[in-house]
Amino acid sequence: MPIGWYLVVSALIFCIGAGGVLVRRDPLVILLCLELMLNGANLALVAFARMWGGESGQIFALIVMVVAACEVTVGLGLIVAIYRRRLPVDVDELSELHG
Amino acid sequence: MSAVFFFIAAIAAVTGAIGVVSLRNPFYAVLSLAFHLVSLAALFLLLRAEFVAAAQVVVYAGAVMVLYVFVVAYVGGGESLPSGAVLRVLGPLFALALVIELSIAMLGSGLSGVKHKGAPYVLGFGTPGHIGNLLLTKYLFPFEAASILLLVAAVGAVVLARRRAGLEDTTEGETPDAIRISTAQPGYVGTMAEAAGVRPSPQEEPLEPEVEPVGGSARVERGGW
Repeated sequence: MPIGWYLVVSALIFCIGAGGVLVRRDPLVILLCLELMLNGANLALVAFARMWGGESGQIFALIVMVVAACEVTVGLGLIVAIYRRRLPVDVDELSELHG
Repeated sequence: MSAVFFFIAAIAAVTGAIGVVSLRNPFYAVLSLAFHLVSLAALFLLLRAEFVAAAQVVVYAGAVMVLYVFVVAYVGGGESLPSGAVLRVLGPLFALALVIELSIAMLGSGLSGVKHKGAPYVLGFGTPGHIGNLLLTKYLFPFEAASILLLVAAVGAVVLARRRAGLEDTTEGETPDAIRISTAQPGYVGTMAEAAGVRPSPQEEPLEPEVEPVGGSARVERGGW
C-alpha cells in the first residue's frame, strides 16, 4: 500500500481523538482520547520511517509510547485523588483553576 | 494481499477509535481502546516495524489497559455525562475540518514517497537488534531522558494518589469488620458487571440488608416464636 493511505488513517485517528477530547466530559475518557491522538501520531511516525527507510521514526514512536505511559500514570493518579476527595469526576465542575 | 490486510486493520483501528469516543460507558471505551491498539499493532507490522508492534501489544494493550481497567473499576464508571450543547455540535465539526486539512496537507505536500510503497526493504529493518543498537548508540540521550521521565512519573503518581491523613472520613478502609459483615451487599459487587455498570434486574437483587429484629412485629408473624 502507498504510504499516503497510512497517513490518512493516522490523520483520521488523531482527529477522532481530538473530537473526543472536545466532546466528552469524563476525565477518564478524555485520557483515552489523548491516547488515541498519541497513537495517530505514532502511526504517522512509523509510516514516515518506512517511507525514508530509516529507523529513527520508530525510535521516536517508542519514546512517544514512554511519554504516553507517564501521562497515563500521572493522569490516573489525579483521577484517583479526585475520587478520594469526593470531588465530582467531571471536567466542567473542576474549574477552580480557570482564570 | 497486503492491501487486504491493510484495509482490515485500518477499518478495525478506526472503528475502535470511534468506539472510544462514542461509547457512553467508560469500561466499554477502555475495551474499545484495547481493540484499537491491537489493530494498530497490525498496521505497524505492515509497515515492517516489528519491535514497535510488539511493544505496542505488550506495553500498551497489556499493561496500560490493565491500569485503566483498575481505575475504571475503582472510580466506578457507568454514569454517562452529557456533553455541552455547543461542543457537541462544534467538536465533530472541528474534527472533520482537521482531518480534511491534515489530509490535504500531507497528500498534497509533493513528497514523492507518499505515492510509493516506501524505501526498498533492508534485511533486519525494524527488528529488535537494529532498534536496540540505535537506542544505545545514536539515541542514547533520549533513551536516558525517557528513563528519568518514567521515574519522575512513577514518584509523581505515588505522591498524587496516596492516602492523606485527615482528608477523608473513616467510612472507607477503616470500617470495622463487624459492620462490614452485617451489611449485605448486592450480588454484583466486585464483579465485572459492576465495573461495566450493568446492574442485574431488581428481582435478582437482595432487597434489604439483614437487620436483626429488635421489636418488629412483621418478623414475629413470619418466624412464629
